Amino acid sequence: MKDAPARFSGPYIVEAENLLKKFDDLVAVNRISFRIATGECFGILGPNGAGKTTTIRMVYDFSPMNGGSLKVFGLDIARDWRQIKLRVGVCQQENSLDPDLTVLQNLEVFARYFDIPKGQSRKKAMELLDFIALRHRADASVTELSGGMMRRLVLARSLINHPDLLILDEPTTGLDPQSRHQMWAKLEELRERGISILLTTHYMEEASRLCDRLIIIDHGLILVEGKPEELIREHVGRNVIEVAGPTDELRSFIQSRQFPYEDLGHRLIIYCEDTGELYQRITRDFCKEGCLMRLATLEDVFLRLTGTELRE
Amino acid sequence: MMIERFRTRISGRFLRVWQRNLTVYGKSWKISFIPPFLEPLFYLIAFGVGLSGLVGNLSYRGSEISYVSFIAPALIGVSIMYNSFFETTYASFVRMYYQKTFDAMLATPLSLEEVITGEIVWGATKSVIAAAIMMGVVGCFGLIRFPQGLLLLPLAALGGIAFASVGMFFTGIVANIEMFNLPVFLFVTPMFLFSGTFFPLENLPPWAQKFALIFPLTHLANLARAISFGQIHLSLLWGIGYLLLFSLIFFPLAIRKMGQRLIK
Repeated sequence: MKDAPARFSGPYIVEAENLLKKFDDLVAVNRISFRIATGECFGILGPNGAGKTTTIRMVYDFSPMNGGSLKVFGLDIARDWRQIKLRVGVCQQENSLDPDLTVLQNLEVFARYFDIPKGQSRKKAMELLDFIALRHRADASVTELSGGMMRRLVLARSLINHPDLLILDEPTTGLDPQSRHQMWAKLEELRERGISILLTTHYMEEASRLCDRLIIIDHGLILVEGKPEELIREHVGRNVIEVAGPTDELRSFIQSRQFPYEDLGHRLIIYCEDTGELYQRITRDFCKEGCLMRLATLEDVFLRLTGTELRE
Repeated sequence: MMIERFRTRISGRFLRVWQRNLTVYGKSWKISFIPPFLEPLFYLIAFGVGLSGLVGNLSYRGSEISYVSFIAPALIGVSIMYNSFFETTYASFVRMYYQKTFDAMLATPLSLEEVITGEIVWGATKSVIAAAIMMGVVGCFGLIRFPQGLLLLPLAALGGIAFASVGMFFTGIVANIEMFNLPVFLFVTPMFLFSGTFFPLENLPPWAQKFALIFPLTHLANLARAISFGQIHLSLLWGIGYLLLFSLIFFPLAIRKMGQRLIK
């Protein structure tokens, strides 16, 4: 994969301004703006139905937008959609591998959509099969592959055109931990090679590990934007104390001391900057068991900002 | 405006979609070849040996012909219809709905217009393949006059486009795959029976004869018969014109409906 034509070198690979998408009465994406720096891994996080998939579909010209402007590689998506799509690789959420074709044919047929000549596409396909460790299954039918293998093949297929921008819609949803970690390792490798990545996820661990910068969106609006560690520091603090089965005395104590907290009913999550003192106080006075202190994570930020009720 | 949009969104790249289907076909061509090869043989045996004795000869446009030579060209017309119509209904629906093949294609430089055009041209290609095989088989029985009979191939391409377009239009509007039963039983089956395929249209009451002219298969069967008999004359242009008009209506309609279905 070193054959590389020169990569896009402008400052921003994606520039979205006041992006608007409506489905009948529902405003799925409500005039959001964001920019993705070239070479960056940018995440879009949000609960189900927040508008993540709708947003990235506009970026690869799958869904037309109802307002705003969108530039990819500095080109206008409405006018230069084909040039843009020639240089983008997409992993859609649903499995769209071609079950009528073998593993290798899936890559080669896809290469034709990009007008990659036959000899070149065979070479590239073999390289990619090495990259995802599936060369030994080149002639297998895709229906014989495991879930993790299929997802890796989708990744390989999205790289067939040597994209400058890789778009991944929930790349590890439904995978077992082994496959997920393997996928992360592959994505990190790609990032090191300089590919810009735009991904959606609702795995906070995934976002913390992969994303340089991210936005959390809900109801089609951006709630926050920033680097994962900055967002944690800013919205949650350093530490979190979780109390199982909290008593009313504890609740009033926390309220009186004005600590920010999240009440889940059977569980209390308290955000704090200090280490130890509050924790000691709580374990001594309010609960002997079922209380733990841990480092704050992106998941805490997410739950604080988007709430804890189910989205269905 | 629609034409303008179509012009900017379509290119020769639709052949990539066609090629994808050809690659899949190439994996199973030995099996795909069997139906168009055996089907006419079955019909010729059933009608030629079994039914012909009862029917005897019949008069078609003033000349006496055998029943087998009457139905053989129409069967090629029917096969042209079946191959393209079933390709862009059931087969395209499976690719679109179950396999997400079109979603994957739309994430590449292909446009929706190119994907749908590729599918329709592929449906027509299957008609041409089927017509070629049947022509070979039927020709062996001396039922097609050559070289005029070779015109069956461009006819299959035209008829194929017409039926592939209307099939794709149905794919754009049906809610699920079972609903194809409706166009099959209300559109395809009546055509199969009442398009001057198995008996001359003149046997029908005058109003029914006029009504049958709406059916594209009426024109396709007529043309196939004229070509097989080597009777090439200018009046055939009416039938060709009708098939062209039918395609020109349903091709853009198919693209429009599929666009509404796929582009969210």
